[in-house]
Amino acid sequence: MTAPVTAQSIGAISCHVCGLLVSKRFIAEHRADCPRCDAALHSRKINSLNRTWALLIAAAILYIPANVYPVLTLISFGRSTTNTIMGGVIELAQSGQAVIAVIVFVASVFVPIFKIAALLFLVVSVQLGLKVQRRKRALLYRFTEFIGRWSMIDIFMISILIGLVKLQALATVTAGPGAIAFAAVVIITMFAAMSFDPRLIWDDEGNDNDG
Amino acid sequence: MEINKDFSYTEAFIACPECDLIHSTPKIREGEQGRCIRCGALLFVRHKNSLNRSLAFALTGLMFFILANLFPLLTFQMEGQSESNRLIDGAIAFWNAGYWELGIVVFISSVVAPLAVLLVLITLLLPMQLGRSPFSPQFQVRLLSHLKPWAMSEIFILGIIVAFVKLQDFADVSVGLSLVAFVLMVAATVMAYLTLDEGALWSRLKEIRA
Repeated sequence: MTAPVTAQSIGAISCHVCGLLVSKRFIAEHRADCPRCDAALHSRKINSLNRTWALLIAAAILYIPANVYPVLTLISFGRSTTNTIMGGVIELAQSGQAVIAVIVFVASVFVPIFKIAALLFLVVSVQLGLKVQRRKRALLYRFTEFIGRWSMIDIFMISILIGLVKLQALATVTAGPGAIAFAAVVIITMFAAMSFDPRLIWDDEGNDNDG
Repeated sequence: MEINKDFSYTEAFIACPECDLIHSTPKIREGEQGRCIRCGALLFVRHKNSLNRSLAFALTGLMFFILANLFPLLTFQMEGQSESNRLIDGAIAFWNAGYWELGIVVFISSVVAPLAVLLVLITLLLPMQLGRSPFSPQFQVRLLSHLKPWAMSEIFILGIIVAFVKLQDFADVSVGLSLVAFVLMVAATVMAYLTLDEGALWSRLKEIRA
């Protein structure tokens, strides 16, 4: 098949903020910013693969303290319970809150792992020049970018509990250091997803007989 | 596809933001959308009265945001003692407990960014509604696109629900008036986004400036 017509192939850049199509000739002669919205113009996200790799490695390392250290301690009538992320899910399940337990499990345990794994796969597949299932990989990226923020549920839940439950000996909730690591994992993986440029999945399409 | 490559910049074609494939800008009707033929990304949407509706939803959202900050979200009772919290108290609690990083994260994602999104939409669309150019539409549109991922009100609501369920096990918790306002604020913000058609925004700006 012949190479598809892309902005890159016709010597143009699509503004990543407003989508205006600007020719490289215009950029060379006039200005490097978008004539419509003033955003800096780049054909592809800068250093996409390296940045995504770096952020993924950082997220994977922080994932360990995020799950090992407690995120929450409840002191009630002199009895104290300390929860890790997973401990919180188990406690919800044991208290019969199956639906909420599943939501928290998906948001706090499944999503971060899935996100790191999916982005790793996308980066590696681009670096190996994988030519198959491009549309499915594009879908995987879109999905990964969409679900990332939802892991913040636990951080918000903790912020509400520590703000609300402060009746000294009767009942007090305090945050644990795991919460910082966990929030860092969520935010770093959000940046990792933003750094990955999905156009890289398609850039070598039509260069040889791949179909 | 035959395309004329001799342009400085053009609105006759657009490149898919996710795969870079060139599409000619189609004539689509109100309520329709256009997707990339190669990767399926959403390229075009058109809504009836897009800018007016988006402005109306943003103003509604701002009203509910103010209400959501005036009253407690949740009230917690135990052995005759009670505590209630406002929207901003989560961020303050983290800050006071020495987790200032989390205080800042929660403050930005549950208070600053959601409010900023509404204010940017209003300061962008209200002057246009009155036939004037906003103070810097370029800056405002860029700000909006950067703010979007960090406004996490809808996730905050789920956080409230999980906190509510956890507390129910050992104390009396009740929902405050602000929670209702907060949920309505999120709904209005989502609608303001869904109805906003950026193509319509740029062409209206061009009309105003002409």
